[in-house]
Amino acid sequence: MEKNNLDSLDTIFQDKVDREIKIEPKDYMPDAYRKTLIRQISQHAHSEIVGQLPEANWVTRAPNLRRKAVLLAKIQDEAGHGLYLYSAVETLGADREDTIDDLHEGRAKYSSIFNYPTLTWADMGMVGWLVDGAAIMNQVPLCRCSYGPYARAMVRVCKEESFHQRQGFEIVTQLAQGTPVQKEMAQEALNRWWWPALMMFGPNDADSTHTAQSMKWKIKRHTNDELRQMFVDATVPQAELIGLKIPDNDLKFNEETGHYDFGEIDWDEFWQVVKGYGPCNTERVSARKKAKEDGLWVREAANVYAEKRARRNKKVS
Amino acid sequence: MSKIEWPLWEVFIRSKQGLSHKHVGSLRAADEEMAINNARDVYTRRSEGISIWVVESKNVVASDPSEAGPLFEPANSKAYRHPTFYEVPEGIKHM
Ligand SMILES: [Fe+2]
Ligand SMILES: [Fe+2]
Repeated sequence: MEKNNLDSLDTIFQDKVDREIKIEPKDYMPDAYRKTLIRQISQHAHSEIVGQLPEANWVTRAPNLRRKAVLLAKIQDEAGHGLYLYSAVETLGADREDTIDDLHEGRAKYSSIFNYPTLTWADMGMVGWLVDGAAIMNQVPLCRCSYGPYARAMVRVCKEESFHQRQGFEIVTQLAQGTPVQKEMAQEALNRWWWPALMMFGPNDADSTHTAQSMKWKIKRHTNDELRQMFVDATVPQAELIGLKIPDNDLKFNEETGHYDFGEIDWDEFWQVVKGYGPCNTERVSARKKAKEDGLWVREAANVYAEKRARRNKKVS
Repeated sequence: MSKIEWPLWEVFIRSKQGLSHKHVGSLRAADEEMAINNARDVYTRRSEGISIWVVESKNVVASDPSEAGPLFEPANSKAYRHPTFYEVPEGIKHM
């Protein structure tokens, strides 16, 4: 296409975005917008799928049948979220299996939070309360994302997430109000999960390379620091109410701003985990690779069976 | 990794009697039976549907958005198809 022509298409595109008209799969979109979305949506999908692993670790050891059923339902939802998102990414012309191979070959990332281990049952509470809580902060504004299929997938996801957060908070609350040993278990889990949860919102705005462009395209509606602040403001009073202490000595309500001030995040740890040196990075990716390889024969067999059935049906008719 | 993929299916759900099926997304499945079962698990975990349609994506024929202007132009120039086009005299009721 001629350069002038492309320029005017880009102008029309940005104008639509500015007027809050959704971009749909077959509409014109700049290559960079498409690439950004493929990267973001596939990595979001990978996060949902990898996110099942730390919770799967506790399914067989859930303290009772109710907890087990709830945990299973939650994990099944996460699988569903991954599938909604792979479906959205395919509307952009990306191939689902290619994006999955990108994950397996280390070319794609997923949320760093899932590289932390789940050591006690209290971690199931923290994951639901804090990790799903932070995910909700990120995902609610994505329901208004400029790309239609992503926005619609997020609407479905957000409807399901609030159960995830509540079941987690219920676990934490019960432990916090239980025996001294149980309360200690909850506090210890909070100590481990608080900072990684804050890191889920990504680098500070000053160090975030993609934010400005993503906001212009209305893929993103709030900056990382804005979302992080919203999360802190929402979560601190919840911790106080159930008698747990946020592990941050600099945490203090600021009367002037109406927000909580909080301490500095350990960015070295953040980048270490992002770069693959977190406690569970290797384990997570190899679990996903193994699942794909072990399931290969099933996919092959199902294809052969489908072909055979189609042939048989043809003969009958 | 060798590439064995299942075909892509578009999923349509009727949420309750009296409403049309509505597109909800897509999924991968080896055949139509598996597509229906997967659609149930992926898109109706909270009783969002009472009926499912699946159509293999490659069978969907769609209009081209870049041709939307000329395609829909005939309707744009016919304002007289809308009731608001007509002036109803003051005092006229039930019209
Ligand atoms: Fe999720
Ligand atoms: Fe969740």
